[in-house]
Amino acid sequence: MTGRKLSFYLLLMPLLLTLTLLILLPQLDMLGISMRERVSYGVYEFSLLHYREFFTEPLYWNTFLRTAVMSILATALTLLISFPVAWYIAKIAQGKNKNLMFLACLIPFWVSELVRTYGWMILLRESGVVSGFLQWIGVVDAPVEMLYNDITVMTGLVYASMLFMVVPLVSTLEGMDDSLVEAAYDLGGNHFTVLRTVIIPYAVPGIVSGCIVVFMLTLGNYLTPTLLGGKDSLWFTEQIFTQFITRFNWEQGAAFGVLLLCLSSLIVWLGLKLSKQSFKQALASET
Amino acid sequence: MTFDLECRNVFKHFGSFQAVNDISLEIPAGFFFSILGPSGCGKTTLLRMLAGFSEPDQGEILIKGKKMAGIPANKRPVNMVFQHLALFPMMNVGENIAYGLKRNRVPKPQRDKKVADVLERIGLPGIEKKSVNQLSGGQKQRVAIARCLVLEPDVLLLDEPLGALDLKLREQMKVELKKLQKAFGTTFIYITHDQSEAMVMSDQVAVMNHGRFEQVGSPQSLYYEPKTSFVAGFVGNNNRVAGIVESIVGETAIIRSNAGQQFKTAFPKIDLKAGDAVDLFIRPEAIHIRRDQSVTSENHINGQVENILFDGGNSQILVKDIDSSQELSVSLPQTREFNDLVAGDRVSLSWDMQQSNIFLSNKKRES
Amino acid sequence: MLKPMKGLLALTISTVAMLTTSAQAEELRILTWGGYAPQEVIDQFEQETGITVKVTKSNNEDMISKLRATRGAGYDLVQPSQDRIVGAQKEYRIYKPVDLSKLDAGQFIPSMLSATKANTTINGDVYGVPHIWGTSGLITDTAGSKSSYSFNDLCSDDYKGKVSYRLKRPTLIGFAFAMGEDPFAAYNDQKKYAEILGKVEQKLINCKANVKAYWEGGDALLNLLRSGEVTLAMGWDAGGWKLHKETTSINFVPPESGALGWIDTFALPAKGKNDEAAYQWINFVMQPEIAAKITEAAGNFTASAGAEEFVNEQLSNSYKISYNQSSLDNIKWYPPVPAGLEIIEGKTLDRIKAAQ
Repeated sequence: MTGRKLSFYLLLMPLLLTLTLLILLPQLDMLGISMRERVSYGVYEFSLLHYREFFTEPLYWNTFLRTAVMSILATALTLLISFPVAWYIAKIAQGKNKNLMFLACLIPFWVSELVRTYGWMILLRESGVVSGFLQWIGVVDAPVEMLYNDITVMTGLVYASMLFMVVPLVSTLEGMDDSLVEAAYDLGGNHFTVLRTVIIPYAVPGIVSGCIVVFMLTLGNYLTPTLLGGKDSLWFTEQIFTQFITRFNWEQGAAFGVLLLCLSSLIVWLGLKLSKQSFKQALASET
Repeated sequence: MTFDLECRNVFKHFGSFQAVNDISLEIPAGFFFSILGPSGCGKTTLLRMLAGFSEPDQGEILIKGKKMAGIPANKRPVNMVFQHLALFPMMNVGENIAYGLKRNRVPKPQRDKKVADVLERIGLPGIEKKSVNQLSGGQKQRVAIARCLVLEPDVLLLDEPLGALDLKLREQMKVELKKLQKAFGTTFIYITHDQSEAMVMSDQVAVMNHGRFEQVGSPQSLYYEPKTSFVAGFVGNNNRVAGIVESIVGETAIIRSNAGQQFKTAFPKIDLKAGDAVDLFIRPEAIHIRRDQSVTSENHINGQVENILFDGGNSQILVKDIDSSQELSVSLPQTREFNDLVAGDRVSLSWDMQQSNIFLSNKKRES
Repeated sequence: MLKPMKGLLALTISTVAMLTTSAQAEELRILTWGGYAPQEVIDQFEQETGITVKVTKSNNEDMISKLRATRGAGYDLVQPSQDRIVGAQKEYRIYKPVDLSKLDAGQFIPSMLSATKANTTINGDVYGVPHIWGTSGLITDTAGSKSSYSFNDLCSDDYKGKVSYRLKRPTLIGFAFAMGEDPFAAYNDQKKYAEILGKVEQKLINCKANVKAYWEGGDALLNLLRSGEVTLAMGWDAGGWKLHKETTSINFVPPESGALGWIDTFALPAKGKNDEAAYQWINFVMQPEIAAKITEAAGNFTASAGAEEFVNEQLSNSYKISYNQSSLDNIKWYPPVPAGLEIIEGKTLDRIKAAQ
């Protein structure tokens, strides 16, 4: 009996260690750092200064708001683009085609995010491929800069998130009996009403879990908005990075990190409330 | 006369596979019409063309005299009950039934009333608010049918809806379905591979094989007067004995079975000449069984009981001919007379020559 | 059940043991800038001493952050700029004093050694010795009629949309000088410093439209200039000279208000494990011939006395085109950054970044 107990705990060890060492401890440490204030060289005391800073300095607050709004928009766009793709993969494509489509979604993830983003930069920069092509076919007569604006950032974010939306959508849609759709048509539904009343409600768990993942990934993205956004990128994670690395202001960075975690969780929670979904359901559809 | 549903020389193929091959049918209003066939015979393809999910390659489909070519599923006056029912899991019973009414823009008060009415008629009043998952298998069936019938379609198509039910419930639902069809007076087209479902419920049955109708008729005519050996084998149980026509005397043919027995049979509907290879079908329930082996009749076998397959009213015994070791299955009469029958017992079998059916064998026809 | 676990345990322990012993082998871990430890020099050093050299490329902020996170462990030698030693040391205690007796002082240019010593001394301990120096100024196509350039040109309409600079402290300081202020003099007067930065901030926000992109790494800047997407940039002299080799008309130009001069040093991390190897490396790379090789790789000149003789002629030429005696004398050398300034600068930079 005690032997079995022991082996149970031994088996549990890796999980417990991972959770404690890699997730819990760093977060707690971060929380601790965020709540102290530098008094003089190497001397710190407890303070909520850095949280106050976030709420009183419109710069940080606005950056967060902008990041959140852009992330929500990017999530919505990703959903809009991924849904037909997921539908095609789950319901229309057969056998080899289906695998190919999945592969096409997966391939960009074989290279690092940095390389992918540089890829976009090569395409979109003023002296880049797209600009050159547009000049060559005569649509424009001078080089066009397509980098360093919000639309490009959005494109990059959507591109980087597609897979994480497509996968849960495909797995939900694959579970849907085709005859549900046929029944809806048979009972007099048209394309739009069938989509609205049958397919989307059925796919809601997949949509919600996809949206949560994409939203969190986008909100926490650093490279894409920074590299593609250029001088106006203004992303909250960039702010955290700057505080930690170039300002040596770990306290402020940690406070931002904690705030990012709390505020993004709040947004997800609100989203779940609004869509009348529970987190448990959303998680369940992932499996 | 216009029929509720008419098919004229309908063809449909998938690649090189001819799924539906020159089907024509006419179904009068209020009929319970079944299409019976093994899986892969093309019955589902035909049904989907009727529903509007696919279009025939050739031929036309008419509903109440109106040509259906180019009319999509959502505009056709037919509705379909799917094999797995396809009730919408995210809606409750009321919403499921109201779905079609809503699509037809029936105002809410009328809608609610119609839903309540139809639930009443299927014997499940007041369950509008129940979730679909709370229903039993039989209730789901009835709700799925109600969801279609509430729209008052000209024709209701049913795609083996009883397949998923357990045996007992299936027996009940057969009766239930028949009653519902009578009560609503709607034309039902029911496809199934289960001959008993087709026989019990239908006014008319079409037996389908390889994309063609082998025979269309009442359950009785299919049973007693099968026109092809496929129908004879598929509808009801049958003993099939392969053999050759030895001689013909008037309206009686003498058949020599491959195992060497000699049988007599009447052949009212086919042309036979001596030497034809044929299949002889004898229904187990048409065979008399006696313990007394001394009796003789026109078709007579002395056999030994091989096996007793006890199944209450459907019990059968397998009897092996002592001379030729040909095996025949025979219905066990439900008189107490044979209760003590055991394997190894000697019995004598006989049947009236009018009770057997004879067809030219398939092999011969193909060559 | 027990046997495989024992095996696993043994494997783990031996792996850990191997990792630790390999770290204890004669090894020198250097955290430095790109080009400061070229492979050729490393190979020669390894051959002569048998010490394995491991190089990690970095920049000032990254070096300090890395050392801060480990409290000065993980490397044996680092190369921060001389103005970033005192403040970081007082704040985070990430360095240890340099034992000057282990170095061959004769290999250093005396003025540079004494200046660096003065700037990196805390309580009598010296924390840094000079290695490579360079300047920040402007990089542009000099073919035009314009004879002199100012940081203010970055805000000129002539370069609208064709300008790039880093959104970091040197830019703020460069602009402050160009606007006639002396930010270095205000280093110890935070109020005055904030005031100066306020003016710079206003100017940079007003002419933000001029900027094509804020560059982050040297290579990104060179690409922007090469492609012609940017025609005027604030950048390092070495970058300008590199481009000059490719396109003769492009070169580094010291601005009217003076280029900003920096000296990158050798400093010892507080928990460095192989100080001896570090000293050996310093003495090795300060030899004139070796220093010249580093100059060719990094593009910047070293504090090694007599290395100029060995430097490739082309590099000396671009250097000569960029600098005359008066512009050399006008170089503004960074004094040590007092702690706290980075916070003020940081907020300024944030606001500039956020301005639309």
